[in-house]
Amino acid sequence: MEAALGRAGLWFLILFLAILAIIGAKDAAFAAHATIIALAAFVMIWVTAARYDPLARAQGMFHMPTDPSRYDDDPVRWGVIATMFWGMVGMLAGVFIALQLAYPALNFEPYLNFGRVRPLHTSAVIFAFGGNALIATSFYVVQRTCRARLAFPSLARFVFWGYQLFIVLAASGYLLGVTQSREYAEPEWYVDIWLTIVWVSYGAVFIGTIIRRHEPHIYVANWFYLAFIITVAMLHLVNNLAMPVSLLGSRSYSAFAGVQDALTQWWYGHNAVGFFLTAGFLAMMYYFVPKQAERPIYSYRLSIIHFWSLIFLYIWAGPHHLHYTALPDWAQTLGMVFSVMLWMPSWGGMINGLMTLNGAWDKVRTDPIIRMMVMALAFYGMSTFEGPVLSIKAVNSLSHYTDWTIGHVHSGALGWNGLITFACVYYLVPRLWKRERMFSLRMINWHFWLATIGIVFYAASMWVAGITQGLMWREYGPDGYLVNSFVDTVAALHPMFIMRAFGGGLYLLGGAIMTYNIWMTLKGRIREEAPMSQPEYDPVKDRPIIATPAQVPAE
Amino acid sequence: MSLTQQHKKLERNVTLLGVGAFVAVAIGGIVEIAPLFWIENTIEKVDGMRPYTPLEQAGRDIYIREGCYTCHSQMIRPFRDEVERYGHYSLAAESMYDHPFQWGSKRTGPDLARVGGRYSDEWHVQHLKNPQSVVPQSVMPSYSFLAETTLKAGDPAATLRALQRVGVPYSEKDIEQAPADMLAQADPEKDAGDLLQRYPKSQIRDFDGNPSRLSEMDALVAYLQMLGTLVDVNSAAAQEALAEEKGR
Repeated sequence: MEAALGRAGLWFLILFLAILAIIGAKDAAFAAHATIIALAAFVMIWVTAARYDPLARAQGMFHMPTDPSRYDDDPVRWGVIATMFWGMVGMLAGVFIALQLAYPALNFEPYLNFGRVRPLHTSAVIFAFGGNALIATSFYVVQRTCRARLAFPSLARFVFWGYQLFIVLAASGYLLGVTQSREYAEPEWYVDIWLTIVWVSYGAVFIGTIIRRHEPHIYVANWFYLAFIITVAMLHLVNNLAMPVSLLGSRSYSAFAGVQDALTQWWYGHNAVGFFLTAGFLAMMYYFVPKQAERPIYSYRLSIIHFWSLIFLYIWAGPHHLHYTALPDWAQTLGMVFSVMLWMPSWGGMINGLMTLNGAWDKVRTDPIIRMMVMALAFYGMSTFEGPVLSIKAVNSLSHYTDWTIGHVHSGALGWNGLITFACVYYLVPRLWKRERMFSLRMINWHFWLATIGIVFYAASMWVAGITQGLMWREYGPDGYLVNSFVDTVAALHPMFIMRAFGGGLYLLGGAIMTYNIWMTLKGRIREEAPMSQPEYDPVKDRPIIATPAQVPAE
Repeated sequence: MSLTQQHKKLERNVTLLGVGAFVAVAIGGIVEIAPLFWIENTIEKVDGMRPYTPLEQAGRDIYIREGCYTCHSQMIRPFRDEVERYGHYSLAAESMYDHPFQWGSKRTGPDLARVGGRYSDEWHVQHLKNPQSVVPQSVMPSYSFLAETTLKAGDPAATLRALQRVGVPYSEKDIEQAPADMLAQADPEKDAGDLLQRYPKSQIRDFDGNPSRLSEMDALVAYLQMLGTLVDVNSAAAQEALAEEKGR
């Protein structure tokens, strides 16, 4: 009871501070954010005062097992739910902005204009969908591979809920026009400070669990998670150095300007890809692919080389986002050289994942989850080959500023990050909810094909769009003048934009099927369906080749 | 001792592993980013660069708020077609007061680094209100609400103060005068004082065609109309600076 009073008092203090912030707010967006915090605090006072246990109720809503489990899986279960929820939000936003580019009438000013929804899409899929997947799987994997329960269980819950608050503040901020305009680091200074607190707590829980391990060795997946947590902290802190205009206002100005600002941002931006979307997801690969395939990782030595070369080389590649700009040439060339070198560790990782299936390749035919993992690795290999190609200055002179880049990003994001996450979630849900298997394996198969065909539509249309636009911009007529006005090149892309939206729609449809499949699994249902693979059996043919042994005369 | 044997030390000790990983990821950034702050020819000196006026800065804040950078670059690359289409390629010095930079990464719409003075104010206002009415095949969203929204730039002096703290050379007078400067730049009836001396080449007029109020449209058009107009890239001094720049 005293604890409940203390909690209520703490929430009241937060409510009070939030109200002060609303009163003193210099702009409407900051006031809106303070209102969100005030409302959250108010709700918490109310629920604490009523001695009402909202968590147990919410856990009941998602049919979470209540009996104590060997490992601390509660934050992992919440992480899986959040991954699915934000994944659907982010992909829906993606299809919406894809349609806006084909049909500009779909812009609803000011809140739903392309420029405000696009950061919502990128942050929702990278940080909300991807980030929750990373937090959830890292909590799952670190416990299993260390044979220890999570260190600091309450802090782990704070990490999960604190991260959701970060997402809500970031996403609502974009629609209200709160942005630093740094791609993939758009949230403003106060949201950045909040994320720093959450991230340090995340590191403490993760490293604390490793310290409490009962295995002498730290498993390779944890090396990648560790590098991801440390590097993202470094990138986040340096790239978000900014001077707020007022401590009660949302606006701030970057500590750096021009050239230095650009390289800091793309050092961050490229390594958000390199460490958030690559190192972290490789950690998922290193645990879940061997588990699902029931085979050990192909090569331990390759893992060591893969890990150190990947993290060392990735950080250098940022300047390839700034080819032929006012960034000094030496930095551009350095970025290009390291980007090309990066091809090798990337493929080393892909090979280590794919060769793990040695002796289990038949599972690609029978197990749709393995098939998804293999396709994810194939797309990883493809996009990490395309990346170095695009970083070559001659290629980049054509591809930069065009949709080719967008296509490249999506073959990585939809193909690699999306499919490996879906596969891991399909692996996790029956285990976390103590179900025999997923509701339907055939639906997983449908999801696999919808997603794959969706990506093919997406990537192919963006290749065509990017190369078309790049060539049209530089097309000269025999008279020595530019042939196309800018808007000619926009008009030429219209059919490609429609095809891209169609591909994205298929991918979203696959996600909807997954959501249904998971919901049914949570409810404990199992779909009666023919197994994915059934060896043929024909009783008529099941006989010796000599028809009737009785006809043979007895000697 | 083989590599795998040596590595066993690292993978049995989370501190060593963490420190090792941090050192590995810190090197690249230090080698690439740090020198940009002390290698002198990173930003060549050119005449004409000055900080943004309070009104232009307010327009720039709107440009950022609306996410214009998601579709428009402000960085012309040194290619024949880009130089013919958009003008002289961008110099590093031209974004030296840009906190944050707005080079962009995608051209769903055209580059805007030198859009200033290319179109009339009326064209910009009409285009922002209804892009398809001027460019039928455009896919740009409409921004008609800007014309109906009174400019609430917060405290322009606080904005300039924050920028001064990160290194933009605003004088104390600039900061003191900021609210008055902002009003005066969009209203030719008002006395602009020494605005033109403190901010050379600043354009003083009513930008949105509605003198009765200072709207967000005024600020955004003022910003667009000054983009790329400060440095005379064809002047002899600039050419000289460029020649040096090629040697960097």
